Amino acid sequence: MTTRRTLMQWAWAGLAVSGGLISRLARAGLPQGTLDTAVLERLVGKQPLIKRSYRPPNFETPLTYFDDSITPNDRFFVRWHLMGIAAVNGRAWRLSVGGDAAIKPYELTLEQLKSDFEPVEVIAVCQCAGNRRGLSDPHVAGVQWGYGAMGNARWRGARLKDILARAGLSNEVLEIAINGADHPVLDATPDFIKSLPAWKALDENTIIAYEMNGEALPHHNGYPARLIVPGWVATYWMKQITSIQAISAPLTNFWMATAYRLPKGKFAQADRFISQENELTTPITEIVVNSVITSHADGTHVKRGAPIILKGLAWDAGFGIRQVEVSRDGGRVWESAQLGVDLGRYSFRSWQYTTIPHEVGTLALIARATNNQGATQVSELIFNQPGYHNNVLHSVSLTVV
Amino acid sequence: MRPLLIFLGILAFVLPHRVAADEATLQRPKDPDTIRVVTHCASICHSIDYIQMNSPFLKRAQWEAEVKKMTKVFGAPIGDDDATQIVNYLVHYYGVE
Repeated sequence: MTTRRTLMQWAWAGLAVSGGLISRLARAGLPQGTLDTAVLERLVGKQPLIKRSYRPPNFETPLTYFDDSITPNDRFFVRWHLMGIAAVNGRAWRLSVGGDAAIKPYELTLEQLKSDFEPVEVIAVCQCAGNRRGLSDPHVAGVQWGYGAMGNARWRGARLKDILARAGLSNEVLEIAINGADHPVLDATPDFIKSLPAWKALDENTIIAYEMNGEALPHHNGYPARLIVPGWVATYWMKQITSIQAISAPLTNFWMATAYRLPKGKFAQADRFISQENELTTPITEIVVNSVITSHADGTHVKRGAPIILKGLAWDAGFGIRQVEVSRDGGRVWESAQLGVDLGRYSFRSWQYTTIPHEVGTLALIARATNNQGATQVSELIFNQPGYHNNVLHSVSLTVV
Repeated sequence: MRPLLIFLGILAFVLPHRVAADEATLQRPKDPDTIRVVTHCASICHSIDYIQMNSPFLKRAQWEAEVKKMTKVFGAPIGDDDATQIVNYLVHYYGVE
């Protein structure tokens, strides 16, 4: 039987939990040096984006730009690893297809890429593995991204499996290695080359895109063609690609063997990249379920008694978003938000939630997404040294006046 | 991703840029010794904002690891003595002891 005393205990426990959640969520912030060096600047073909570094250019999309499920090309984030960024001429550009596990190597022009293969479209989220790294607690070295190293676009191109089929794959094929026109400025620096396991390269959703939201790709997003790997983090989404190699042995460069890896067992990744796993670490693969509030920033003033229409985005690795909930009491009670149009399982899913504040003061709102697998976000960071897979619940603190 | 060629960024500050003019306003190395270390090296791998962006939270051992990565993995042409001086500089201005 429930007594008054046990009810009180429950109430106090709830308060303790909620206070803890808010303080945990509020604790993380960007490093001071990151804040001091961040400015809004305009790259060629782009709206002003948050500058993280000038060279190579690493520019982040401000959260307020995400007012639609599709991210316009001129708002899409920019991420380069190396300083040598080619200005590619589409007419002179060639894509070579070969490798020791390819039977008939060949070359494609941009026109051939567009005309020789069935064009397909997919709407998919491109998210940097290190998105939100700057919010790691403790902070870790790397590009100190906030929330905006991500975007969602309608990609049009040719299936990678169709391109590979023209060459013909031998039975020994293990990985498909992709190189782009970008290059290091020192000979000694490892070129940025990445590989996919053959099974993922042959997935019908993995494409070589030559259009982004109905236009040619912007230079800073990989003109004239880039790899689209729906559901997987952006490290595999190679830009300005020039070479596709079917290989029979694992690619062993720095970018595969050392970087973009997670401690084994730390995250529940469904997709495995077995040829690249070792005893301690495994390559990062698919995106974790996540959501963000885009309509209101911390400190926004709202009026008591007037409806607040909170809006945001949710996404995952392609299982699809089942539910987004919002809590206005520190995580004790969660209420369903309304999901927007479904643009496909790899896309951002918009959502909105309406609430009326009845008291002046601070109102903290927390969003939480759950996918069709039942996976949801974490309230406490799963710390890892490279700062990947940050899907800590996003909250905003509004001021009710 | 991991930070890139942090130290060549230091090396880069004296060299001509073909990049946004605004980069010229970035903070520069402050002490003459570090400037001496860097002026005889000639490479441009990244802008120096990488350093301040990654501050102030790295401890000496972590800055040492970053320097080591830049020299051993990325091939930055920095001798051991210069690397030590660079680490001292980074820890002093951009690190935590």
